[in-house]
This record gives sequence, structure tokens and C-alpha cells, in this order.
Amino acid sequence: MLIDWFTVGAQALNFLILVWLMKRFLYKPIQLAIDTREKRIAGQIADAETKRTEAQKEREEFQRKNEDFSQQRAALLITATREVQTERERLLAEARQAADAVSASRQQFLTNEALNLNQSISRRTQQEVFAISRKTLKDLASTSLEACVIEVFVQRLRGMEAAGKESLSQALKTATETAVVRSALELSDEQRAAIQNAINEIFRVEIRLRFETAPNLISGIELSANGQKVVWSIADYLASLEKGVAEMLNIQTKPAAVPVGESESFPTATHS
Amino acid sequence: MRLSPDELIFWRGGFFKLNGTIVFTWGIMVLLAIGAKLISRKLSTGPKRSRWQNLLEIVVLGIEKQIEEVGLSRPRKYIGFLGTLFLFVGTASLLTVIPGYEPPTGSLSTTAALALCVFVAVPYFGIEDQGIRGYLKSYIEPTVIMLPFNIISEVSRTLALAIRLFGNMMSGAMIIAILLTITPFVFPVLMTALGLLTGMVQAYIFSILTAVYIAAAIGARKSSPEKASKS
Repeated sequence: MLIDWFTVGAQALNFLILVWLMKRFLYKPIQLAIDTREKRIAGQIADAETKRTEAQKEREEFQRKNEDFSQQRAALLITATREVQTERERLLAEARQAADAVSASRQQFLTNEALNLNQSISRRTQQEVFAISRKTLKDLASTSLEACVIEVFVQRLRGMEAAGKESLSQALKTATETAVVRSALELSDEQRAAIQNAINEIFRVEIRLRFETAPNLISGIELSANGQKVVWSIADYLASLEKGVAEMLNIQTKPAAVPVGESESFPTATHS
Repeated sequence: MRLSPDELIFWRGGFFKLNGTIVFTWGIMVLLAIGAKLISRKLSTGPKRSRWQNLLEIVVLGIEKQIEEVGLSRPRKYIGFLGTLFLFVGTASLLTVIPGYEPPTGSLSTTAALALCVFVAVPYFGIEDQGIRGYLKSYIEPTVIMLPFNIISEVSRTLALAIRLFGNMMSGAMIIAILLTITPFVFPVLMTALGLLTGMVQAYIFSILTAVYIAAAIGARKSSPEKASKS
């Protein structure tokens, strides 16, 4: 007999046990592992998709920001360029003003220099002229310059026009204060007496005189009474000399006045 | 010469006996259970996994796919039964390379037991799926006249399952045994290799046919089972 029924039953039981064993140890764990893995992969794919979407969003955001930034940068650049241009113009204007100021101050300096020079020349000239005159007169006539000046003054008084003389006489007579004789140098008593005598003689009246020294008269003499004045001095001659010297100086300084910035040299005006 | 490992008796006690069929079956059971346990002990759920786990996953997924192709839409419900049928018959054939081993499927008792299991499982799954009335109704379709033919078909196909597997496995073992006596070199090796192929084909046929029967019982409609049943 090929079929043994005990074996059939035993094998059927064995097979059922094997089915249980396989389910327990093979199918379920494997299926669980596969399911878990599939879930995990699906999760990862979903996660990747989410991340991709987020990345896309962030990329768009970044691009937008980048464009905004470029625009802002361009706008800032334009503003900055404008500001720089304005600042440049302002600085140039300031520099120009400063240059003008320097130029003006230099001009002023030159003018002052010229003026000082004129004055010093004028002073020196006076001194020299008087010294020369004094010396010459002394050598030639053994007379002092002051004596000559007094003599010339008295001559002038004598040679005055009648109207002028009358007017002065009137002034002298009606003066409430004493008439004043001003001279550059201190007059000696003799010279004072000479003047007193001459005036008394010319105006035929006793006039009291007061003598003062006035250095600015420049070797001259002046009689003033009640607002009227008779003067003789070399100031007029000096004025004309001064004018001549000034013209000469102008001619000299003009070529020397070079524009500021090109040269730092100043005219070498020597003080004598 | 033994026709069946049933004749190899290790122990006998009245009705009970321990023959080669039962012992070799236990051996296969232990091998499969321990192998599965060892491999599934540390299964990886990540993308990286061991080669053995890969092998088992391929086997399990392959069986599931085959079951699904037959027309059973929920393969996980049937994989316990159908997969174990395939693995048991397949392993029993593959182990023939071991000298001294005799496949338990070469015993008509084993194949009859498997066929009986199928004979019980088919109505079990059918009733579970469409109720006892719906299942029994399938026997009188299209007409009541078909009832005896359906019953005959049910019995004969179970018988055919048992005989087919037994015949193939037994004949393979017999041919090798005969060849060993005639030409002890080379040819038995070739026939053993051929036997491995035959065994795997038989394991496939057995489980696929069972799947087809279950599919028919639960009323699944698919054209492929006809093709599969012809093989």
C-alpha cells in the first residue's frame, strides 16, 4: 500500500505546523520590514517633496530679494553719485572762495605794503629833504632852515592880498582866544620875536601869540586865529613828490602781482 | 529498492510509527523555521539590508506577486498557505542533492496529505469569502445538473494534485536509483540536476494550481487561471 494513513495525518499536521512557523518567522517579519521600509521611503519622498517646495519658495524669495537689492543698490548708487556731484561742486566753490579770499588778502597785503612803503618813503624823503635843505642853506648862507621858513612865512603874510589880509586882521582882532602859531620845530625866542614883530607890523595891532610845535606840519609854519589860517609848508611839494613815487611804485608792483597758487613769492618791498 | 520513504521505519509503536517521510519532513521544517528565524532576527527597515534578507524579501514578494497574478487580490491572506506549500515542496526537491536524503514529497502519503489540506482549504477560503450559501451555490451553477460533475471535479483534482506531485518526485528518485545501477558516473548527476528543475517546477505547479482553485472558490474572475491550470 502506497498510502499510509497515519503518515498522511502526521504530514497534514506537520504541514499545518510549518504553515504556522512560516507565518510566525518568515512572512510576518518580512512583510513588516517591507511595509516599514515602504512607509519610510514614502515619508522620505514626501519630506523631500516638501523640502523641494520649500527650497523653491526660498529660491523665489531669494531671487526677489536679490532683485530688490539690485534695485536698491542702483538707486543708492544714483543718489550717491548725485551727492558726490553736489559735494564736489560745493567743495570746488569753497576752494574757489578760499582762493579768492587768499587772492584778496594778498592784494590787500600788497596794497598795505605799497602804502607803508609810500609812507616810509614820504617820511624819509621829508627827513632827507630837510636835512639836505638845512645843510645846503647852512653851507650857502649860514642860515638855518627854520630862519628861512620864518622869513618865507613873513613874506607870505606881507604879500597877502588885501581882502585876505583884512579878513585875517579882523579875525585876529576879534579873536577871543590868543592866536596860535604852529611850527614843526621848536622856535627860538628870537624867531618867535621876529614873527611877533612881523605880525604886529603887518596887522598894525598888538596881537598876542601862542607858539606850539606840530611835527605833522612838516617843516612849515601856520598862523590860526578864530577859524582863519595862514600856512606855509613843504607839504604841497611833498604831496607832489609822493604822487610821483606812488606812480612809480604802481608801475613796479603791477608786473609782480602774479595770481595766487601759481607762485608763493611776494614782492620784496624793502622798508627803508 | 524503496518506492517511498514511508518504508524507511525508524520506530514503530502500534498505530504510531516514525518513518523516513516524517523524519525528513521534520528536518525540512526545522531547516526552514531556523533559517527564517535566523534571517528575520535582525531585519533592517532601512534602505540597506543583508543579502539573506534580500533573498527572503525576493522570495516573499515573488510569491505574493504570483498569487496576485492568479487573481487573488489580497495575497497576504493566502501567502501563509500557498507560500508554505511552495517552500515545502521546493525545499524538499532542492535537498535531494544531499546523499541519503529522500524527498518526503516522493511519498504518496505526503502528497495526499498536502492534497487533503488543499481539499479542505479551498472550501474554507471560499466560505470565508462569500458565505456557505454563496459557496455551495457555486456547485449548482450554471444548472443543478452540474452538481455531480462539480463534486467529481473537486475530488478528482485533489487526487490529481497528489498523484502528479508523487509521480514526478518518485519517478525522479527512481530514475536516479536505476541509473546508479547502470551508469554510476555522470548520468546520475545530470538526472539529479534535472530532478532539481523538475522539483521546482512541481512546487510551482502545485502552489499555482492551489491558488487557482482558491481563486475559483472565492469567485475571482480572471482569464489567466485557465492558462495556469493547463500546464
